[in-house]
Amino acid sequence: MATAETGIGKAAKRKEDRRFLTGEGRYTDDIDLPGQVYACFLRSPHAHARINRIDTGPAREAPGVVAVYTGDDLAADGVGGIPCGWQITDVDGQPMKEPAHPALAQGKVRYVGDQVAVVIAESYHQAKDAAERIDVDYDILDAVVSPAEALEEGRPQVHDEAPGNQCYVWELGDGDAVDDAFNRAAHVTRLDLVNQRLAPNAIEPRAAVASYSRGEDQYTLYTTSQNPHVTRLLMSAFVLNLPEHKVRVVAPDVGGGFGSKIFHYAEEAVLTWASRKVGRPIKWTAERVESFMSDAHGRDHVTHAELAMDDSGKFLGMRVNTKANLGAYLSTFAPSVPTILYGTLLAGQYTTPAIHCRVTGVFTNTAPVDAYRGAGRPEATYVVERLVSAAAREMGMDQAEIRRRNFIPRDAFPYQTPVALTYDVGDYDATLTEAMRMADVDGFEARRKEAQARGKYRGIGYSTYIEACGLAPSNIAGALGARAGLFEAGEVRLHPTGKVTVFTGSHSHGQGHETTFAQIVASRLGVPYEDVDVVHGDTDRIAFGMGTYGSRSLAVGGSAIMKALDKVIDKGRKIAAHMLEAAEQDIEYDDGTYRVAGTDKEISMGEIAFSAYVPHNYPLEQLEPGLDENAFYDPTNFTYPAGSHICEVEVDPDTGKVEVVNFTAVDDFGNVINPMIVEGQVHGGLAQGIGQALLEQCIYDPDSGQLVTGTYMDYIMPRADDLPSFRVGTQNTPCTHNPLGVKGCGEAGTIGSPPAVIDAIIDALSPLGVRHLDMPATPVRVWQAIQDAQGSRAA
Amino acid sequence: MHAFEYHRPKTLDEAAAVLARAEDASPVAGGQTLLQTLRQRLAEPSDLVDLRGIPDLYGITREGDSLRIGAMVRHNEVARSREVEQAIPALAGLAGGIGDAQVRNMGTLGGSIANNDPAADYPAGLLGLGATVHTSQRTIPADEFFVDMFETALEPGEIVRSVDFPIPQRASYIKFAQPASRFALVGVMVSQGAGGVRVAVTGAGPAVFRVPDMEQALALDFSADAIRDIRVPADELNDDIHGTPEYRAHLVTVLARRAVEAALNAG
Repeated sequence: MATAETGIGKAAKRKEDRRFLTGEGRYTDDIDLPGQVYACFLRSPHAHARINRIDTGPAREAPGVVAVYTGDDLAADGVGGIPCGWQITDVDGQPMKEPAHPALAQGKVRYVGDQVAVVIAESYHQAKDAAERIDVDYDILDAVVSPAEALEEGRPQVHDEAPGNQCYVWELGDGDAVDDAFNRAAHVTRLDLVNQRLAPNAIEPRAAVASYSRGEDQYTLYTTSQNPHVTRLLMSAFVLNLPEHKVRVVAPDVGGGFGSKIFHYAEEAVLTWASRKVGRPIKWTAERVESFMSDAHGRDHVTHAELAMDDSGKFLGMRVNTKANLGAYLSTFAPSVPTILYGTLLAGQYTTPAIHCRVTGVFTNTAPVDAYRGAGRPEATYVVERLVSAAAREMGMDQAEIRRRNFIPRDAFPYQTPVALTYDVGDYDATLTEAMRMADVDGFEARRKEAQARGKYRGIGYSTYIEACGLAPSNIAGALGARAGLFEAGEVRLHPTGKVTVFTGSHSHGQGHETTFAQIVASRLGVPYEDVDVVHGDTDRIAFGMGTYGSRSLAVGGSAIMKALDKVIDKGRKIAAHMLEAAEQDIEYDDGTYRVAGTDKEISMGEIAFSAYVPHNYPLEQLEPGLDENAFYDPTNFTYPAGSHICEVEVDPDTGKVEVVNFTAVDDFGNVINPMIVEGQVHGGLAQGIGQALLEQCIYDPDSGQLVTGTYMDYIMPRADDLPSFRVGTQNTPCTHNPLGVKGCGEAGTIGSPPAVIDAIIDALSPLGVRHLDMPATPVRVWQAIQDAQGSRAA
Repeated sequence: MHAFEYHRPKTLDEAAAVLARAEDASPVAGGQTLLQTLRQRLAEPSDLVDLRGIPDLYGITREGDSLRIGAMVRHNEVARSREVEQAIPALAGLAGGIGDAQVRNMGTLGGSIANNDPAADYPAGLLGLGATVHTSQRTIPADEFFVDMFETALEPGEIVRSVDFPIPQRASYIKFAQPASRFALVGVMVSQGAGGVRVAVTGAGPAVFRVPDMEQALALDFSADAIRDIRVPADELNDDIHGTPEYRAHLVTVLARRAVEAALNAG
């Protein structure tokens, strides 16, 4: 029932928190199966090396060892490579280069952490001890880790199949129209930008438990996945060649993913395959150092970008050239992230009429790079917003004014951008106005003066971002190279007592779906919120699912549930007509009650459910018993969350330390089901966005290819004391094309915030002559920028 | 972690005997560095000698003009000790800023100085306050105790018993945290007392060191301005992703000035 506390739009307390907060969560590593043994993966200590020979003999003899396998054993069993789920077409019309990605190395290792062998033993420590006894004879080769260097002549070649380390060159937009715009421009702003590599850092490391039942000829894989059905499909159809119906994949409670758990990883396939070989369940849980080495990383772009304007600051054209590091192998969605999810977002919130984007996907001797919270959209937003802020400074314009002058006006929707997307709805001026009010922009100059008196430089930065969520219309995704559909499945089952179980193909790993989806279902069916449970993450219980990423769960998964609810309500109407002895078209439905129009004859959803399972007098020709409906929902467009982020920083010029003193985010997420969960998602997203702007960076040594930031001693995670108390608000225009009117909120904080932070620092330090900074703005880097600016002034 | 023999002696003599007898024994105090090293399989001692059961290694006592702190006293005990707070508040502050609450509840004074991590706080505390280390065998002034990166004057089998800190007139410890580990990227202890002025720096170099130029300037004029233009040479300072040698050299001066100001404000 849509009670005051749990209805749509209410901040219902999260159902799942009871088990999480009382230690009753059940994660993959909590699952122990009878007879279980443990796996340890031997990983390459070299960034690039030829494998001459692997001697597993001493490891096989070690105490407790059950089996040791290498790439040769997989090949002998016909096990395939790890597949890629998205094909990009090169500018010359050829498919991207797609080298094999063996589950255990064959012939060569290509990054530090590449898996070479697996040891299975009675205990994990025995497996680890034995792994140390595997003798691998390597010929160490030169490595290349930077995407710009990898494209240069004479650099090490990661794959023979990809000459020059080039996976693809991809273009979007009208280059001639852009050239014309630049020829007419009164001013051109040019920037060279680095969007640094990030490690995803989910609190729960990746883990898997695989088992095989000889009696049922059935495999079961528990794994830390954001989309267990996709993992099952990829693993059974492409890697292990197993019948899909004989493989069950369960993603139980999962402790964060941020994209890194979307992908099908080699360890999952190796464990599943080996569980049958050894005839015992096998568990593997990554150590944190393995997470740093082997989870798919994010970002890693090097970009040159240009913006052409007329003399009033109106944007005429944009030109972007990006080199994107894909790592050593193509992870599941890797090719799409710096292309489809990046180039298409370069219009931002603006009417820029001509845009051209060229992206070169590059192989290097580094961990695979794939979607990480935001996936392409943070990179696009960073390019657009850094350009816009720099342009305003160069033209002497106010940061809000240059944006307002170029916003797509609210009456111009639906709006076709020059980079393929059609925005359905938005009001960019409204979010900016509200953000400026909440941020007290009017009081900023006074705060800047006060800070100056304390020896601190204070600055303010803006980011008015857009993103594309609700991945994705399958027809569009297919045309763009997706090898899968991007719909979602949902099922609503009413039990005879009127209690409800909802099955969703979305997967919750921190997002609170069990609460949000229950709020929707309870409200729509008029049943108590407590009577609705949401089930996810098990291929045996849920018909199908494409999983959770790209802020799609509510917009796509929630819409699938809405479609199933419509079917339930329609079926209920038939039952009501029968029970109330009225014509179906005379039955009205509202808030859990069916009523014969114009009468007081009514019946509740609970009574309908009971009747559906006790159909003693049903006209079976017309009315089928039961009340359980499923639906598949394929969106007709992306959703377009947008917003305005305003950051205020103070910089200590003596140490270079930046403090974020205020951060305001006003976002347009469309309709909001649970504002507390939305706010939590924004907080988490901002923490990661500010983390990227100020702190985080995955660094490989340019010579050896070793991962320098391989532990938390060197990889800088944002902590609570690095962050201010956020000011968060929403200004919503409902999405026009899904039944909930929702857009998605999971990534917005990460997408919008980095350029706001960096431009606030540049604004703060502009009196000292600082004009440019790259992320992360660590103390040493900010201090150095001040020194360099002062030095060039003195010179 | 590889297998090892575990010992929990009740006396210093017993501990010394095990250490002498075993093939490759390592004492363990709070274990905040050693256990990580073992977990990462970077060390493989045959025996671990746990010092937690030796009553002699505990206690904080004030003896005249100095404060004696037992080797096995945890950082949080120092941070919260009323004795320390009254005698040397800068030392309580230093201990309270080490690591996080979990580390401070396990980590010990003796373990920290015996390990002599180049970015640890206590070495700056001892050197900057002119402390004296008492071991199972002898007495070693702080100036001689810290030799080089992860290297001290301790002989194999020698165990830190306690540390005597002379009570200064004023002192302060300021650290600038390495943003990932929160160890000191640079930490500076400044003190003024009967033994004169001391300035000790951790984090910046391969091991803790004093800055004689600053000490002389401050002896004449204990003010931040007195050391405004004194720079330590960058040549031998650490270089990593969190700080260049030049940056660290610059921070030494910035933090020393701030420490002097804080010491004056506190005193």
